[in-house]
Amino acid sequence: MSNRYEARFSAVGGQGVLLAGDILGLAAQKFEGRYSLQSPTYTAQVRGGPTKIDVIIDDEPVMYPKTTAINFFLSLAQGSYDAFLYDLRDDAIVVIDPVLVTKWDEKYKTYQVPVIEITKTKVGKMIMSSVLSLGIMIELTQVVSKEAIEKALLQKAPKGTEELNLKALRTGYEEAQKLLAQET
Amino acid sequence: MSSASSEKSDIVFWQGNEVVARAAIAAGCRFYGGYPITPSSEIAAVMAELLPEVGGTFIQMEDEIAAMGTVIGASLVGKKSLTATSGPGFSLKLEHLGYACIAEVPCVIVNVMRGGPSTGLPTAPAQADVMQAKWGTHGDHPTIALAPAFHREIYLDTIKAFNISEKYRVPVIILIDEVLGHMSEGMIIPDPSEYEIIDRVKPSVPPEEYNPYDTQYGDVPPMANYFEGYRFHVTGLNHGANGFPTTVPDICHNDEVRMIQKVMKDVDTLTEYDEYMLEDAEVAVFAFGSTARGAKMAVEKARQEGLKVGLFRAITLWPFPEKVIHELGQRVKAFVVPEMNLGQMILEVERSVHKEMPIVGVNKVGGVPVPPYEILEKIKEVLQHA
Repeated sequence: MSNRYEARFSAVGGQGVLLAGDILGLAAQKFEGRYSLQSPTYTAQVRGGPTKIDVIIDDEPVMYPKTTAINFFLSLAQGSYDAFLYDLRDDAIVVIDPVLVTKWDEKYKTYQVPVIEITKTKVGKMIMSSVLSLGIMIELTQVVSKEAIEKALLQKAPKGTEELNLKALRTGYEEAQKLLAQET
Repeated sequence: MSSASSEKSDIVFWQGNEVVARAAIAAGCRFYGGYPITPSSEIAAVMAELLPEVGGTFIQMEDEIAAMGTVIGASLVGKKSLTATSGPGFSLKLEHLGYACIAEVPCVIVNVMRGGPSTGLPTAPAQADVMQAKWGTHGDHPTIALAPAFHREIYLDTIKAFNISEKYRVPVIILIDEVLGHMSEGMIIPDPSEYEIIDRVKPSVPPEEYNPYDTQYGDVPPMANYFEGYRFHVTGLNHGANGFPTTVPDICHNDEVRMIQKVMKDVDTLTEYDEYMLEDAEVAVFAFGSTARGAKMAVEKARQEGLKVGLFRAITLWPFPEKVIHELGQRVKAFVVPEMNLGQMILEVERSVHKEMPIVGVNKVGGVPVPPYEILEKIKEVLQHA
């Protein structure tokens, strides 16, 4: 029975969201025994063009490699928010960095997290913003276990960056926990 | 939502392009000549990393045409050779593709299709080079083109492409697209026991008796390696058994017929396809490559609604499975043909069915796949009038 889950991470080229999606896909497929695929979209520009990665997770092999009804959408840039805000379910969870995305659609439940600022102050390296975003996503959605996502992260992280990557991911969990605490 | 942890250690999560490269190595490919072009560049990148580890050679050439030249040269020396490209590069490679056909040089060319014509949409998918693969190089020639749709199938079909090229002394084309090339999906690497490896037949005669196009051993003449003492003249001109140019009409005619015949006599075993829920189908969806994945989803949804629909997924595009499609045409009332072009393989479906019935396309050329719901809508529309 299909239990399709669709997530989209979007930003501008160079921010690292493609890697974040790849880690999520790997976590579901390899470390949770489910099926997944990730399908990126980017422009011909090396950096600066709107970029997205769609990750689809299911209990059976994923057929159609693009989205049909998105459960989770993250955007770290206005350009990519505007370009890729489609295929969302009405009950989709949206996360934006309000410094970079200043205009958003109130129709969707939207969490505002200053991802870049938090990465700068709490992790130190800007390149970690996509992994921190992934941590937020995991805490909010629980789509895969923390054990699975951390194993996948460690498999993908370049040697010598494991600690920092884990720190970024776990900082993401904490930021999301704060958001969830505010709700209760 | 997360299930109990069940780690699968033998699962890989590779891009389609990486799957092609790793499968080529497994097939015994030891030469890659290329010129990077989106969305195929990762094939070159992975080959550049892997080939030196297995004693192979990677060359980045000054352009697409030269790259194809090196692939032919390396094959003549005895190496299984690969190149990968996309639309604009494929256009350039077609000149040498014809050379590989007439000189009967085994090699594999991957075209990771993107939007066109010209430079078109470099980072977006299309399936608009399928007729070009068949007819792009001039003159009558054998064409074999495979269009796998899943990563595991990409792996096995890449190996198959090398096998076919070696067995028949022909270039073989693999047609995937940007979606398949760039997406990653889980896959267990096929065990070598799951596939065979075919190597070209070498001459059994001493060098002084060797002729590179000697048909006394069958339609596929044994092939000597260059620099091993065998005289082997190679040319793009029509030639006789010894490889030297000739214009004798009978020799030229018979040789061209043989080049086609050596492939077409095995058309039934060469054409690979997958049938899904076609037993009682009133409408058949014909699809290939990544589009077939959305088509399968559409067929599943149609079945849930009680509609009698099935999927014919062509894996071998050339030679086209015309006999099977003709027979299918006798059983169904209509065909729906989604493809990321403005109607190319549909022409082959029409030609093969060869009778009056609705055969309708669902076409996209904007750089996005054909969505399953559009295929489903077309199925319903066709069923209303069937």
